[in-house]
Amino acid sequence: MTLLAIDHVTKRFGGLTAVNELSFTLAQGEVVGLLGPNGSGKTTLVNLISGDLAADGGRITLAGETLTGRRPDQVARAGVARTFQLVRILPSLSLTENVMIPAVFGAKSHWGAEARAVARDALERVGLAGRAETSAGALTYIDQKRLELARALAAEPRLLLLDEWLAGLNPTELAEGIALIRSLSESGITILIVEHIMEAVRALCSRVVVMNSGRLIADEATETALRDPHVIAAYLGEGTDA
Amino acid sequence: MKIALSLAALVALALAPFGVSDYGLGLLIGAVTYVTLASGWAVFSGHTRYVSLATVAFYGTGAYTVAVLNEAMPYWLVLIVAGLIGAAIALVVGLSTLRLAGVYFVIFTFGLSELVRQLITWYEVNVTGTLGRYIFLDVSAREIYWQMLALGAATIALTAWIQRHRLGLALRVIGDDEVVAAHSGIPLARTKLTAFVLSATILTLAGAIASPRWVYVEPSIVFNPTVSFLTVIMALLGGANRLWGPVLGAVPLFLAFEWLSARFPDTYPIFLGLLFILVVFALPDGILAGLERLKTRKTEDRA
Repeated sequence: MTLLAIDHVTKRFGGLTAVNELSFTLAQGEVVGLLGPNGSGKTTLVNLISGDLAADGGRITLAGETLTGRRPDQVARAGVARTFQLVRILPSLSLTENVMIPAVFGAKSHWGAEARAVARDALERVGLAGRAETSAGALTYIDQKRLELARALAAEPRLLLLDEWLAGLNPTELAEGIALIRSLSESGITILIVEHIMEAVRALCSRVVVMNSGRLIADEATETALRDPHVIAAYLGEGTDA
Repeated sequence: MKIALSLAALVALALAPFGVSDYGLGLLIGAVTYVTLASGWAVFSGHTRYVSLATVAFYGTGAYTVAVLNEAMPYWLVLIVAGLIGAAIALVVGLSTLRLAGVYFVIFTFGLSELVRQLITWYEVNVTGTLGRYIFLDVSAREIYWQMLALGAATIALTAWIQRHRLGLALRVIGDDEVVAAHSGIPLARTKLTAFVLSATILTLAGAIASPRWVYVEPSIVFNPTVSFLTVIMALLGGANRLWGPVLGAVPLFLAFEWLSARFPDTYPIFLGLLFILVVFALPDGILAGLERLKTRKTEDRA
């Protein structure tokens, strides 16, 4: 069953077409990597899905429901959660409070003890339950990333968008991070991962979609794509960190 | 326990007019008015950190509504109409401006106060042909005090309620990070607008209740921008995001400015400016947060 459908989506910034007639779909339960050199339009696409940007053309649907034209809070309540390229937590609030927010304002509208229980579950899943009452500002970088993921989980999302969530982690943390994402996928969440770390993409994604200059240049099995001359040319030809 | 204590304090304050002189009653009215203004301002600005300088736009509108309507309808009805006008202005202004962030919002709200003042001046001069108006209302100083006390108490009760409900959490998250708020499912515009309208209604009612004290009103008196600045300093000094913060800032500052403006009528705005700078530098989160920090530092020292 198709969960997310991107259908001929276009986004222009002045003269620059950041996303150009892009189409692909995500099946329910899939983990798909979104690859492409820097500036190829990956984060723009994530912002289009999550409602931060309005598309200039095309349609995005989640389980048949149209997302295009909706505000970020409406997209969130429809079941889309995301993390940010630069981690965004609320440092003055406790871990529980940080994670409670989408439980309270998301589709399920929990409140009080119920919202706290959802928050505790989410913190447990990322391994932060022991520090639930600390303030978020006191966390290390990896733990802040974990917290941001817990917050996304507390929304009980159907689709999770991870924008370079694994970037900046050391090898041990990376292995932990990969295991964590895999456990989420095993619990049934559909995940779209923007990632430059090929080790993580190989480990997590059975399929990847590859963008270059706003266009889709590959949508195939991960191993096939990583050997695809078009994909290699896109990465190497434009001098990136891949 | 806390509620019982607050109610006891409220009863004591309600009985206070019987034990003071006319001058004392004047001070009480002034202090309670600024408590109401600072607490009402904080309903919107306290958690969202949108610093509004529109306080006097609403406060003055309240006073002017009474000046215009006090002969046309009963006093209680005038108050209701004033509240509705304040809410309506906030709704229109809010819809068009709550997308502004940071300093743009501050400047806009300051401009709004001036705009309202100039519009009313223009209207009075060109349409009605009078600039000043008299308010002859049979409302005693004691009654004004009690009305203002009731409004202040209602504002604090409303703040306590908001802080415990979804709206309070939503406003706090918006104050910390609007992007996170939106992606957590919080409707930004609706949430901000709700708080802004509630706050504006309180500020307008405060102006309406205070107006009979003036007897004579004209735009340059009721739309005095100092009211907006004082309200902000008071709320920030006490701690704008705490329930009792605005009270704690408003009472001592009101008394201090009463004394200063009597002793140094020409130079006292200098003290106002200095204090503003001092608050922002030394106590950016207010006295209450500062005290808490001291407390945790002490317990940490002991540990």
